[in-house]
Amino acid sequence: MKFAVVRFPGSNCDADAFAAAEAAGAAATYVWHRSTDLEGADVVVLPGGFSYGDYLRAGAIARFSPVLRAVAAHAAAGRPVLGICNGFQVLCEAGLLPGALVRNAGLAFVCRQVAVRVETDATPFTARYRPGQVLRMPVAHGEGRYVADEATLDRLEREDRVVFRYAGDNPNGAMRDIAGITNEGRNVVGLMPHPERAVEAALGSDDGAAVFAMAAVAAGV
Amino acid sequence: MRRFRARVRVMPRPSLLDPQGQAVAHALGELGFRGVAAVRVGRTVELTLEAESAEAAREGALAMCGRLLANPVTEDFALDAVEPA
Repeated sequence: MKFAVVRFPGSNCDADAFAAAEAAGAAATYVWHRSTDLEGADVVVLPGGFSYGDYLRAGAIARFSPVLRAVAAHAAAGRPVLGICNGFQVLCEAGLLPGALVRNAGLAFVCRQVAVRVETDATPFTARYRPGQVLRMPVAHGEGRYVADEATLDRLEREDRVVFRYAGDNPNGAMRDIAGITNEGRNVVGLMPHPERAVEAALGSDDGAAVFAMAAVAAGV
Repeated sequence: MRRFRARVRVMPRPSLLDPQGQAVAHALGELGFRGVAAVRVGRTVELTLEAESAEAAREGALAMCGRLLANPVTEDFALDAVEPA
């Protein structure tokens, strides 16, 4: 069982994702954005940060990195891909997930613990949770407001593809309180909150640990 | 090859909340400017292009808008006149 954590220039949650994967009992490796070799990893993580300085739009430049070709192939093969925060933005820009993430409604960068409800257990990253379970995880973003057209939002809900929703306090004005979604194949998940920063009680919460533990089970390793 | 300058204007979709525009409108009001009904904030991208003709430069710029310069989910773009640089 192996995680590949992609590093872009400006990634800053790569070490946290790496540590969370190891804490879940998996092996982990870093893959530089210029590489197209995922080194046989079972799970790919696109970590948080400010890839390419968020120039133009968050994730807009990163999505043309060579590594994204390998990530797209990994996703197309039905294998697990997790995009956290900036990684979620990259997945949306790359068209691997629908919709987009834009400037927070309140304009301010929000950095605090929020309550996030698990809406579905039918993804590799939430299979170890109960639907309806509320997790404490931090958010840290300036552009985390999830938007999509009404038809897309309706479809996401109809197909049980809203994976996480803000429970109560919506920190960024995301449409329908959406904090995370999955693709049609249910193997690609993106979310704005940081489960990798909530993997032990000393960090304020360990509610995010099972995101990484479950990926191990789903990959069948 | 000749050089052309193309200016692309990228604006958030009218249907989307534009908090930057709202904040600027509020600040203008605070400064005493009256009659500001609405403000929207977008971005301008200036491209200097090498191409055989203005038409070719224009086609190139449009392709760049669709691929990278604007996000079709959240933004509209307009390509202003393409002129010799």
